[in-house]
Parts: sequence; structure tokens; C-alpha cells
Amino acid sequence: MTNTQENSITYLRITRDGIWDNNVVLSQMLALCPLLAVTSTATNGLGMGLATTFVLIISNLVIALFRDIITSEVRIPIFVLIIAGVVTIVDMTMNAWMHDLYKVLGLFIPLIVTNCAILGRAESFASKNNIKLSVFDGLMMGIGFLLVLVILGGFREILGSGTLFSNAPLLLGESFSFLETTLIPEYRGFLIMIMPPGGFLALGFILAAKRRFDKAVENKKILSEKQFAENITAIKT
Amino acid sequence: MSSIANPSYRKRPLYHATLLASMGLFASFIMVLGNIATREDINLRIKEDMQASLEQVIPSTLHDNDLFEDTFTFTTKIKLSQTEQVKVYRAREKNKIMAIAFESSAVGYSGDIKVIMGVNMKGELLGVRVISHAETPGLGDKIEIKKNDWITKFTGLSRLNPPPEKWKVKKDGGYFDQFTGATITPRAVVKAVHKGLIFFSEIKQKNTFETNIADSKEISDENISK
Repeated sequence: MTNTQENSITYLRITRDGIWDNNVVLSQMLALCPLLAVTSTATNGLGMGLATTFVLIISNLVIALFRDIITSEVRIPIFVLIIAGVVTIVDMTMNAWMHDLYKVLGLFIPLIVTNCAILGRAESFASKNNIKLSVFDGLMMGIGFLLVLVILGGFREILGSGTLFSNAPLLLGESFSFLETTLIPEYRGFLIMIMPPGGFLALGFILAAKRRFDKAVENKKILSEKQFAENITAIKT
Repeated sequence: MSSIANPSYRKRPLYHATLLASMGLFASFIMVLGNIATREDINLRIKEDMQASLEQVIPSTLHDNDLFEDTFTFTTKIKLSQTEQVKVYRAREKNKIMAIAFESSAVGYSGDIKVIMGVNMKGELLGVRVISHAETPGLGDKIEIKKNDWITKFTGLSRLNPPPEKWKVKKDGGYFDQFTGATITPRAVVKAVHKGLIFFSEIKQKNTFETNIADSKEISDENISK
């Protein structure tokens, strides 16, 4: 990586990459397994998103810290080791101090190890950039992932059981019980949305919407450029 | 960064080996610290969970001891779980055993359904609760007390009431209701509870309740020496 390229990595760029342009799920299509498994409610998505964000930040931090002594020959086992260590710590901490949430998400926390997005960030970003940028990248990638998890979870929860953010106090404490809302009272439930197929369906719609939006933006750009060119030729003639 | 010097020792296998080993050591060190910091709290949470579910199947008015501490292990051929060892919790009042509680399980629609059940000395069920399951949300999860009161219908029943051939769901000609769209799940719960009651009469036959050793360790030692 040359110096000029490095300078072009601004915080704004990282933010845009993490949340939209290079979003873990919407663009890189990574981490779909935990995504589809936990997003039966918005709260579960939020919990998983927070845990993953935390792991991403810490693993990016540690890997950026050691990037100069890690050689490319053994980098993958070292990355895996660091990520697995961080996930184990998160697993134990949640079990001890956020036990109710742990009972909901418990099964999926160890699976963060297999979340290829984290190894992906370690490989493509943290191992090449300084600590500050890496931590920021971890945070932004994590937030991008968290947003998709919450949106997908909320979408499935509303259609599947007519509620939004149910069990939120389990995750955030009693003061957040206002988040818990029943949008459709006496709703019989659209079962398939809570089950794994519903995850695929909802994800499909969200991906399609993102593609469509990006395309519309691109078309607008091309159109305005065209108009600009036409105006210029008009002026010339 | 990329401008860093790349001395030749970094190419040696020994460097890689040392690097990997020290990273492993570093990671294990952090994990040991994490384990020490959380171990006690995790054990406490597990105990709290167990106590909460024990309280649901044996009313606290029935006993004055700590069920969680007063246990013994019983070896049985009845398949209550993966192992043959069943941990039995004793509820005593004034040192007289009033009821016992233990876990049972059966295979449901997706994976094992684990239940905990409290039985009094007459062999009547004081309560049954599902501890863990992976049944379909919205269909099979009505076995949870949070979703439906179906599980409370077991209270007061015993091995011979209803008679053994009626320990089935209605669809199989038995006594118990099934849910619309889910028969396998209640069938499994009924089976788990019935197995538990058969297990109870097995302990009763051998009359091992009143072995007055509160410490579960000594009893399991006894079992081994037999």
C-alpha cells in the first residue's frame, strides 16, 4: 500500500464503507449464518450486533497492535487465535453479568468466532493500518452489521409476532421497557417470518431494496453528467 | 506499516514458531484472567436458574431446606437423560422428606425437550416445567408456562392416574390434549413426565430417600462400592 492510498483513508470513508458502501451483510454478503439465526426479534439482533461490534473492535485493536511482528506466513492462525480469545471473554462476561440475555443468545455467541466478517476485517484492514484507524473501522463495520441485524429483526418481528423490541429490558435494563411495543394487538402471527425461511425472505427484500437504491443513485449521476455534457455542447454550438 | 524493515530472521521457521507460541500463551493468559473474574458469578447464575425452576415444581411452603444443596444421585436404567445418573433434589420439612425433584427428557420435534418435575411422597406430581427445548416458535413452544398453561395440567396426576395406557396425547387415544399443528411436542413431554414417574416408583421400591446423608458425594461413593 503506498502512502497516497493511505492518506485517502479518511474517517469519513471508513464510516461510509462500514455502514453502506461496503456493509458486511449488504455488500460483502458475509456473516449470514448468525444473521439469519438470531434475527427473530429486533432485541436479539441488537444483542448479537452489540456483541459482534465489541468483538470486532477488540480484535481489530489487538491485531493492529501486533501487525508489525505478525508475518504473513502465520497470520491466519494468529488472527483466529486472537478472535477466538476475544469471543471466549465475551461469552464468559455475558454469562456472568447479562445472564438473561445470555440464555437467549448463548448458543450464538461462540459462533461469532466463525463470523468471517471479523477475520475479513483483520485480514483486509487491521493488519495494514494503525490502531486508531483499525478500532474505528471495527466500530463502523460493527455498527453497519448491527443496523442490518436490528432492521431485519424488526421486520421479521413485526410480521411474525406483531411486536417490536420485545424483551428489550432483558438486554438494556428495566429503564428501556418503553421500547417494548405491541404494534398489532391480537395478532395471530405469520409463523414463517420467525422461522429461518423468513430470514432468507426478509434478507432478500432488504438486499433488493439496497441494490435498487444504489442503482437509482447511479442513474441519477449518469443522467446529470449527460445533461452537463449536452449543455456544454449546446453552449459551444 | 509497509515501510517497516523486514530483517531476515523473520523468514526463519523458528521465528514463526515462537510467534505462534507466544501468541497462544498471550491468548490463554487473557482467558485465564477472564475465567477467574467470571467463574464465581457464572456458578451463581447457574445455581439461581436451577433454584428458580426447582421453586416452580416444589412449592416453597412445603419445605424448609435448601433443595439445591440436598441432593443424591440415583443410577437407573430408565432413559431420563443421556447418562444413567440422575440427580435428585430433596425437599424436607423438619428433616422429613416431603417431595423430590429431578430432570427428565424426551426427544421432541427438534432435539431434546428437558423438563424438571416435582413429585410428592405419594407419587403425585406437584408440578412440571420445561427447562429447555428447541421446538417451533408459535406451535410447539406452547409447552412453556409463559405461552400456555398446558404444562400445569400435569399437577396432581400420578403414574396410575390416568392409567398407564392413557399416558398419551388424545390423538393416540390418551388423556392429554395436543396443540393444533403440533402433536410431536406434547407427545414428547407426556413421555418424559411418564418416564419420570416410573423412575420415581423405582426409587420408592428401593426406598433410598431416607439415606440421611445430605452430602451427595458420600452417597455416590456408596453406590460405587456396591
